Amino acid sequence: FWLHSNCLEPRNSPALNPLYSSSAMSEAVVPDAMVSPAVGGLHGEKAGGPAVDFSYVGIDAILEQMRRKAMKQGFELNIMVVGQSGLGKSTLMNTLFKSKVSRKSVLATAQEKIPKTIEIKSISHDIEEKGVRMKLTVIDTPGFGDQINNENCWQPIMKFINDQYEAYLQEEININRKKRIPDSRVHCCIYFIPPTGHCLRPLDVEFMRRLSKVVNIVPVIAKADTLTLEERDFFKKKIREELRANGIDVYPQKEFDEDAEDRMINEKIREMIPFAVVGSDQEYQVNGRRLLGRKTKWGTIEVENIAHCEFAYLRDLLIRTHMQNIKDITSSIHYEMYRVRRLNENNTVMAHANGIPEHHLAAHEM
Amino acid sequence: MASSDVARQPDKGVRPLSLAGHVGFDSLPDQLVNKSICQGFCFNILCIGETGIGKSTLMDTLFNTNFENFESSHFEPQVKLRAQTYDLQESNVRLRLTVVNTVGFGDQMNKQESYQPVVDYIDRQFESYLQEELKIKRSLHNYHDSRVHACLYFISPSGHSLKSLDLVTMKKLDSKVNIIPVIAKADTISKSELHKFKIKIMSELVSNGVQIYQFPLDDETVAKVNTTMNGHLPFAVVGSTEEVSVGNKMVKARQYPWGVVQVENENHCDFVKLREMLICVNMEDLREQTHTRHYELYRRCKLEEMGFKDTGPESKPVSLQQTYEAKRQEFLVELQKREDEMRQMFVQRVKEKESELKEAERELQSRFEQLKRLHADEKAALEEKKRLLDEDQSSFSKRRAAAQLLQAQSLTANGKKDKDRKNE
Repeated sequence: FWLHSNCLEPRNSPALNPLYSSSAMSEAVVPDAMVSPAVGGLHGEKAGGPAVDFSYVGIDAILEQMRRKAMKQGFELNIMVVGQSGLGKSTLMNTLFKSKVSRKSVLATAQEKIPKTIEIKSISHDIEEKGVRMKLTVIDTPGFGDQINNENCWQPIMKFINDQYEAYLQEEININRKKRIPDSRVHCCIYFIPPTGHCLRPLDVEFMRRLSKVVNIVPVIAKADTLTLEERDFFKKKIREELRANGIDVYPQKEFDEDAEDRMINEKIREMIPFAVVGSDQEYQVNGRRLLGRKTKWGTIEVENIAHCEFAYLRDLLIRTHMQNIKDITSSIHYEMYRVRRLNENNTVMAHANGIPEHHLAAHEM
Repeated sequence: MASSDVARQPDKGVRPLSLAGHVGFDSLPDQLVNKSICQGFCFNILCIGETGIGKSTLMDTLFNTNFENFESSHFEPQVKLRAQTYDLQESNVRLRLTVVNTVGFGDQMNKQESYQPVVDYIDRQFESYLQEELKIKRSLHNYHDSRVHACLYFISPSGHSLKSLDLVTMKKLDSKVNIIPVIAKADTISKSELHKFKIKIMSELVSNGVQIYQFPLDDETVAKVNTTMNGHLPFAVVGSTEEVSVGNKMVKARQYPWGVVQVENENHCDFVKLREMLICVNMEDLREQTHTRHYELYRRCKLEEMGFKDTGPESKPVSLQQTYEAKRQEFLVELQKREDEMRQMFVQRVKEKESELKEAERELQSRFEQLKRLHADEKAALEEKKRLLDEDQSSFSKRRAAAQLLQAQSLTANGKKDKDRKNE
């Protein structure tokens, strides 16, 4: 049993080293900032015999405890897909999560008509992999970009995103709060760019410009199998330029890089976005293996082959490496910004109602 | 409030789905752990016990470090708390440990208020977290969490029962912090006495309704060991930072003429059990309980005290914001009222002062008139006198003139007579 092995087996971990210490002595005591380096810790002496290091305390066991707690609680992830109809949004979702997660796959009576206004439809699934449970919510936006007049098409989506922040905020400021506030905030919004090969359309620019301020946007080039490699590179470069020119910060945002290591990893990603993806939920036999792909007369496109398309990079970014980071940025940056705006809004509303000029209001806390 | 999660119930409207292949989100716990490693951890222990009972030594022994504590005097007039923060590191885990010790606990003649500084300290930490949480611009993720996660209560090894100070203090603290009672200096009690002592302590705690921290049983991985350990409470501990040679090893121990008490020998004391439970197995749970149970309770009480409610008079949900706005309105109205009152008072005072001044002016005026009249009267009287005097003078001078004339006449008459005589 692992517990007893901690006591008896020789340990190779280094002894506990106190780095700094500080003290404060008073009636009202508050821990101070660090003062000076303390004396080194005790080490287990070995006097002949088996080398047993007794200076192991077990602080690093907290990692295991955290992991256990996380596994027990499960995770939540909310992804929104935005793009004109026919760009392969549902298929991509199904490919990403290797199961029928999209709305169309779920609803038996899938209406194939394009709705007259933008609708926001979300569907949730409980998925599990190797003991890790996740509640995945896919939020679909049928009707986006499909009307003749697409002005203000971002509004319903913006409203939905803000409504989720609002719901979370309301829960958070309750007196009697739930132990775990259900998180319906949109963590990531995948924006599908049609593979024109030229540049971004005004609709794309407008949408991304507005929404990159409230949510993490991951732009992808949809149906990338219609572009040759050169066309693809040109298109991507053009898109990146246009994003930069319009001041659009997509995920991973430069300003949220935490340290040099982060920056290095994220720079590599930023040089590759938007990912040119191909989705498929059909398997074909290729070179003796069954792979997800699209079979055409001139060949089979393998979805997970990075020589064919960048789906694997997208999957790795979203799921395998940066998922936690995406959620953190949503909760600690986007949500906090919404909260600040909302709480300040109340102050100004009240001020105007009472005819009090704004500069009379001190920086109020709730 | 919801009790601890046993297993997350599937939500309504959420369908379970099976995956056709490896997606990769099983790396999520790893991602989470990596983030925590970068951020570092915080753990705060509060040690309550009489002076000299071995709190500092135990902390040193637990964390294999010398925390540089000096002995306290026994003559403190009041109980004080001393907090020290250390940055420790083991392999890749960085821990910011804060150890808070009571100073002078149990030394006073009158121990009625001994628990109060402790309660105040714990509440202060909750308060400062609450303040941060309620700020508009807040940074909870960088916030140094100073809330007390575990409270080690050191019981004197009398061998009989708990002192009333112990019961009173623990009762005050059990709803605010996770209490883990330990029997200090356990090498002064024999095995059989210890067993009886433990039973007595636990039954006293139960009969007095003191809720000590129970190691959690909901996770199958550790439920078994936690159940066993729950049965060994309170842990009888011995602390020592000195090393003694036993067999061919150097171990932490206390050397007596009659033998060596080895700290890490489970037959000698429960130190290893304490370390396992406190650090290796349940540190995260202690932190979680502090946040989700004790802190929430404090927050709820504090906000209700301030007058916020979740439901309004018609039992409709009232948001904190609405209440706040209502209070704000109230406050502004009050402010306006006060302002008006003050203005009125000011006007009143001014009027009063004005009338006072007018009155004074009138008085002065009348006095002046009076004086003027007096003066006039006197002047008139004087004039009269002068006139009389003048009259007198003039009549006198007339008489003198007349008299002189007469005299002159008589002189000339005499002279003539003389002349006449001469001439005769």
